Amino acid sequence: MSPRDGDPPEHHTQVGRPEAQLPATQQPSVEIAAGGRNQLRSKQAKTGGWLWFAGCLVCAVVIASPLAVVIASLLHDSGGAWQHLVETRLSSYALNTAILVTGVCALSLALGVVPAWFVARFDFPGRPVLAWALVLPLAVPSYVAAYAVTDLLQFSGPIQTSLRSLTGWTAGEYWFPSARSLGGAIVILASTLYPYVYIASRIAFGGQCAAMSEAGRTLGLSSNGVLIRIALPLARPAIAAATMLVAMETIADFGAVEYCAVDTLTTGVYRAWFGLDSQVAAAQLSTLIVAIAVCLVAVEAVLRRRQRHYNTTSRCARDYRSTIAGWRGVALCAVCVLPVSLGFVIPVSRLVYLTREMPDPEGLGLVLRYGQNSLLLAVASGSIAAGVALVVVCAHRIRRQRASYIAKLVCRFGYALPGPVIAIGVLMLAASIDRWTHSAWRSVDGPLPTHQLGRTLTDLLFAYQSRFSGIAIGIIDGSMRSIGRSLDDSARSLGLSATGVVLRIHAPLVRRALLGGALLVFVDVVKELPATLMLRPFNFDTLAVRVYQLASEERLGEAATAALAIIAVGILPMVLVSREIDRGR
Amino acid sequence: MSIALAITALVSTWLATATSHGDDLEVSVYSARHYDVDRQLYERFTEATGIRVNVVSGKSDELLARLEQEANLSPADLFITVDAGRLYRAEQRGVFQPHDSTTLNARVPDELRHPDDLWIGLTRRARVIVASVDRVEAGVRLSYEDLVRPEWRGRVVIRSSSNIYNQSLVASMIEHAGPEAAEDWSRGLVANLARKPQGGDRDQIRAVAAGEGDVAIVNQYYLAQMMLGSSADREAASQVRVIFPNQDGRGTHVNISGAGLTRHAPNRDNAVRLLEFLLSDEAQRTLAEGTQEYPVVPGVILSPILANWGPFKADLINASMLGANNPEAVRVMDRAGWR
Repeated sequence: MSPRDGDPPEHHTQVGRPEAQLPATQQPSVEIAAGGRNQLRSKQAKTGGWLWFAGCLVCAVVIASPLAVVIASLLHDSGGAWQHLVETRLSSYALNTAILVTGVCALSLALGVVPAWFVARFDFPGRPVLAWALVLPLAVPSYVAAYAVTDLLQFSGPIQTSLRSLTGWTAGEYWFPSARSLGGAIVILASTLYPYVYIASRIAFGGQCAAMSEAGRTLGLSSNGVLIRIALPLARPAIAAATMLVAMETIADFGAVEYCAVDTLTTGVYRAWFGLDSQVAAAQLSTLIVAIAVCLVAVEAVLRRRQRHYNTTSRCARDYRSTIAGWRGVALCAVCVLPVSLGFVIPVSRLVYLTREMPDPEGLGLVLRYGQNSLLLAVASGSIAAGVALVVVCAHRIRRQRASYIAKLVCRFGYALPGPVIAIGVLMLAASIDRWTHSAWRSVDGPLPTHQLGRTLTDLLFAYQSRFSGIAIGIIDGSMRSIGRSLDDSARSLGLSATGVVLRIHAPLVRRALLGGALLVFVDVVKELPATLMLRPFNFDTLAVRVYQLASEERLGEAATAALAIIAVGILPMVLVSREIDRGR
Repeated sequence: MSIALAITALVSTWLATATSHGDDLEVSVYSARHYDVDRQLYERFTEATGIRVNVVSGKSDELLARLEQEANLSPADLFITVDAGRLYRAEQRGVFQPHDSTTLNARVPDELRHPDDLWIGLTRRARVIVASVDRVEAGVRLSYEDLVRPEWRGRVVIRSSSNIYNQSLVASMIEHAGPEAAEDWSRGLVANLARKPQGGDRDQIRAVAAGEGDVAIVNQYYLAQMMLGSSADREAASQVRVIFPNQDGRGTHVNISGAGLTRHAPNRDNAVRLLEFLLSDEAQRTLAEGTQEYPVVPGVILSPILANWGPFKADLINASMLGANNPEAVRVMDRAGWR
């Protein structure tokens, strides 16, 4: 049987080519391919929406500006620091980063796609709990997982110590896997980041029409065959987008790799900046990171372009789940338990043990106060990110111009950049704005504006958007793509304005994606450390800052209380996300 | 809608509690010291003087970057950091102004403050050798240089060269013996390591206690804090003993944490008062007790643990040189392959 036999029937799914790539004159034909019926209306659908277009460009410029400021400092001379880096460290930074990213992506795919398939298509023991438990590791900051796991596995940790006392071995007489290695970093990062892949594949598998896999089965495909020939190819764009998120977060990670004693480009940025005292060399390294991010975004865009699906009928019967009992059911359960254990159960139980041994010396009151600050920043950032994403994605949907397409891509680079790089860019911008308003104030001889708190809080929220809004944009973009264009055309032909289409058609249809995007940004902000540490106002500490304060004194046991609080704050949104996915079925 | 209302309410109550009060009874601090005892001292200062203390704590270099970017509009009055190398860096960037307080200068020995009053030490810390009680004989005298001899092959543990404490140690060697000697020493040390540099100073102590290495180079207060810590930490600390290196030569490498008055300090007088408070006998004793560091003011009582370890000869190198040699030290360690 040729692979074509497995292709979905034409009347359910139509594959359109990407419009962004085509010159304007060819647009109408795309409309036909995409399910549109009327060439005249397609023209109408493109008019209007100038405000959205402008908003989209403004968002992109603002979000990318800290990045641009940092890259601009390339024009200065690095005083030999770059040369020194190239001679001594750069190749190992680059190699480690390459291995790390490849390894984390591959492992995240394994840990995310397989359980998602099981959960979406089969009923097996433990499935109801595992379905939502599988997203929980996203609530665990990877630096926290890293220190819990290294603490557990290191030579002086409980496992090796009891192994030695059982066997009488001494140092050097036995081999034990070290968490403080490239392999350890890959496992730790993948086990906390795979939920991106899991969520994307769950949504994709859950949203596929039963008729497609029915057709596959009728044509003799096994259930594995359905997965490989039908479900995976259909889910590919969504999975690719999620994997890109994983890759970017891996590149930007500092805490976990530092803990695992792995030198990457990002730890190199720190070393160049603070060790070699060369901000320029740090900017040069950052530019290298941006270049990698650009490549990742481009690869993902290409993957998406090659394939696009519209469910033309809004009602398509969802696939049913077949029941698997007995030892095979237990095996499925075990496969799904593994990622949850790695990313959640093991680190959390170690933290619980540590915090019982030695709780935070300042008590729960302080932790609660910091938690309130974390919550405030996270709620604000999540909401803003959803708004920004709606503007950026809808603007491109309405206008479909190269500029809006590029704007949409540019907004996503920030996710790969290390937090401090974004933070320093924001500082530079804010400082020049401050100086400018200050001189403006002085020229009118008025009193000086005293808005320190407000300003640094704005700086911080700005930095979060610059870094995280790409996540929300990616998710909402993905959801928007599954809405057929014919819907826009019909609405416009019935007299709705561009804004009307966005508010009354798009926003309600992608509301679950809006919520999901906001929640993911929420969780990321709760976990975020470097930008928070650098930009926050006076007397304003968050849970992540508390973890840092104790961890920097190497009081990891006492840091466990605040670390658990971070996880607790993150769990609620993760459960909400999970429930939304289930409801989508 | 109700969510939006709740958020608005949350934000407004929070803004009301957190905004500054607009009078001049305050002092603002950027601090790279994260100790809980620091915060307790600030509270005591507020009780005594009525001056509120605003704090942003963070990583030294990042706070310095913030201070530089904010320039003349910075709200910060004091910059507090650990390691002389960082004080030097801040001084070089021109973010400090002289405090001109004779009270302060009378309390702190010359080598622990800037000659032109640009910064002043708050606490001292010694970078000592920690040795296994089982595998290193008692009473042995060691120097940093001894640890690169062949008999220590595979027995030394130390953290990464990214750490400023190691950078300052190598910077002091560059000052005493030149960059070539410092690079030879670094190479020798790397050759003698029991494992790839990893973890923090406490992890090195734990590694020695567990037998992964026999000696470690760490800051003394980590060991003292472990002696007061969880049961596992106390157990590990009991497996090791402290050796003050180079007692027959230049003395043990000593570093400081310190503070400088910022160039554009809006509350200059309050900041000097806070510094005077932090260098009072009472505050110095609280600092030493709280973090197990050494006080900078002579005659202040040490914590019981440090008193028990006894007096030692400290390397009296000018603290500024640690900063001046820092970039060279990083390059030396990079070339030596010290991760």
